[in-house]
Amino acid sequence: MKDPDGKSTLGDRAPEAGRRFNWGEAIITRLIQLSGYSAIVFVGLIFLFLVRQGAPALFETPLAELFGTRWYPIEGYFGVLPLLTGSLIVTVGAMAIAVPLGIGTAMFISEIAPRWVREILKPLVELLGGLPSVVLGFLGILVLSPYLRLFLDLPTGLTALAGSILLGGIALPTIVSIAEDALDAVPRAYRDAALAVGATPWQTMWGVTLPAARSGVLTAVLLGMGRAVGETMAVMMVTGNAPVLAVRLSSIVSPVRTMTATIAAEMGEVASGSPHYHVLFFIGMLLFVISLVVNVIASAVVFRQRSRSERILS
Amino acid sequence: MSGPASRTTAPESNAGRSFRAGSVQRRLVQRIGFGVLSLTALATVVPITMVVGYIVQQGGSAVSWEFLSGLPRDGMRQGGILPAIVGTFLLTLGTAVFSVPLGVAAAVYLAEYAQENTLTRLIRVAIINLAGIPSVVYGLFGLGLFVLFLRFGTSILSASLTLSIMTLPVIISAAEEALRAVPQSFRTVSVSLGGTRWQTIWRIVLPQAVPGILTGVILGLERAAGETAPILFTGAAFFLPRLPNSPLDATMALPYHLFVISTQVPGMPVQIQYGTALVLIVFVLSMNLAATVIRSRARARRQW
Repeated sequence: MKDPDGKSTLGDRAPEAGRRFNWGEAIITRLIQLSGYSAIVFVGLIFLFLVRQGAPALFETPLAELFGTRWYPIEGYFGVLPLLTGSLIVTVGAMAIAVPLGIGTAMFISEIAPRWVREILKPLVELLGGLPSVVLGFLGILVLSPYLRLFLDLPTGLTALAGSILLGGIALPTIVSIAEDALDAVPRAYRDAALAVGATPWQTMWGVTLPAARSGVLTAVLLGMGRAVGETMAVMMVTGNAPVLAVRLSSIVSPVRTMTATIAAEMGEVASGSPHYHVLFFIGMLLFVISLVVNVIASAVVFRQRSRSERILS
Repeated sequence: MSGPASRTTAPESNAGRSFRAGSVQRRLVQRIGFGVLSLTALATVVPITMVVGYIVQQGGSAVSWEFLSGLPRDGMRQGGILPAIVGTFLLTLGTAVFSVPLGVAAAVYLAEYAQENTLTRLIRVAIINLAGIPSVVYGLFGLGLFVLFLRFGTSILSASLTLSIMTLPVIISAAEEALRAVPQSFRTVSVSLGGTRWQTIWRIVLPQAVPGILTGVILGLERAAGETAPILFTGAAFFLPRLPNSPLDATMALPYHLFVISTQVPGMPVQIQYGTALVLIVFVLSMNLAATVIRSRARARRQW
């Protein structure tokens, strides 16, 4: 008998010749193969269902209106621009918090911290990654936003800023763990060479290790951003849910509404098949495309680095 | 800094002195740099411990036997949260039922069968993308496919299926890594003794990879247990003061319940909110702890 796909690492060495055809083995191999393809199938299905329900929005709502500045579904205004800017401002704010903290923490864990500190810090950061976002949103309502209102003297603490702070916390673990992996992967020889020519540990870290790991760090930032854009519950709970165009600097301390929060807040109340329903799926399509682009760029960065370092080290 | 020649002849005197000359400033820079990095690490870690500590402190007094085992009463303002606890448990279990076999099988394919070709690269891109899709988009997808198209309705089944697709990339990546860590010699020996490929995988490779797979599974399920957005339109019930009795029932769930009582119900006692948050993080973080323990014990016991 032959292996059904005949392209194995093991099968060609397996002493199966001369035995009768092994049905069990063949079926299992086929099942495993199908499972292997499942990820592609699911991505395809997700895209298909989003398009099926979301594409009609392009015909039902005039394009100028769909990308207009008014989101007021009850009156039939479905302009997604306020939601796009809402997501944008909250994400930018989150990255302003999470990128310096995340990279700093990763450098601290990977380069400075003694072993025992590292053994404490890594699980703690993982712990943050495991905290359900709804818990952070809950504390955002009860603790964070009253503080913000008090300190910044705002009419309400439920603002883009509150969302940014929570999202920063949610993006942090992703950034820390991937950036730390990237820093860890920098060959020992790079550091040794820098230290040997007289650089201080700080100069080595800043001038050699970090630049050498920069594509991994960039990937970390991109994936953290992906998490921030896609996060739903925490932002929905603390950003105040006001779908207004967020284009001024003061928008950061005003209530906004993100794309994700809009879907979560309104999907439960719309009739399936209505224009509103289709627009919500259309927003889902936009989110899908955004995450696709971010992830493809992020993985392309990693692949490029891998091939380059392979060239250098070979 | 002196040239390399002087360093080979007089490593101590010449090079050493010039090193020390500029070193005061450099050491100051280094001290500031290290200080800043330590501060960022603190700024990351302190809020985490504060969040957990605060919820434990505030919620501790609300958690009683009645709270854990009772049904909600008086519009959820009194009584317990048993249906939400059971619901989250069932959703997690349902997610495991679908995602673990599929995810592990997919990992076996990638680690043991697949060649490096365009199709395999496509699978990897698909996995990366699945991992990045926003959770609320999974909710939309589950609503479209499971609830409406397949007519499973708003049910534990629909919600579990939705969560399992979301969990899949985590399980596949972790399981593949665990399988690849098993030394090639294990496979060679098994095959040389007459084992078929599947026998080798099932009896030799998989058992060796169990701790790694388990860690990944638990971390994936931990995320599923804490998620709200994917179950929002696929299986979560606003208020359902009884236990579900079929997979086609909707159910209350801890994360959604916390969302409901902290935003949708006016006059909700803060105690109950903190209590619910505490139960949720204990549920989720005990899974995290289990994963950490399994990982470190397996690492200590590994023979290769």
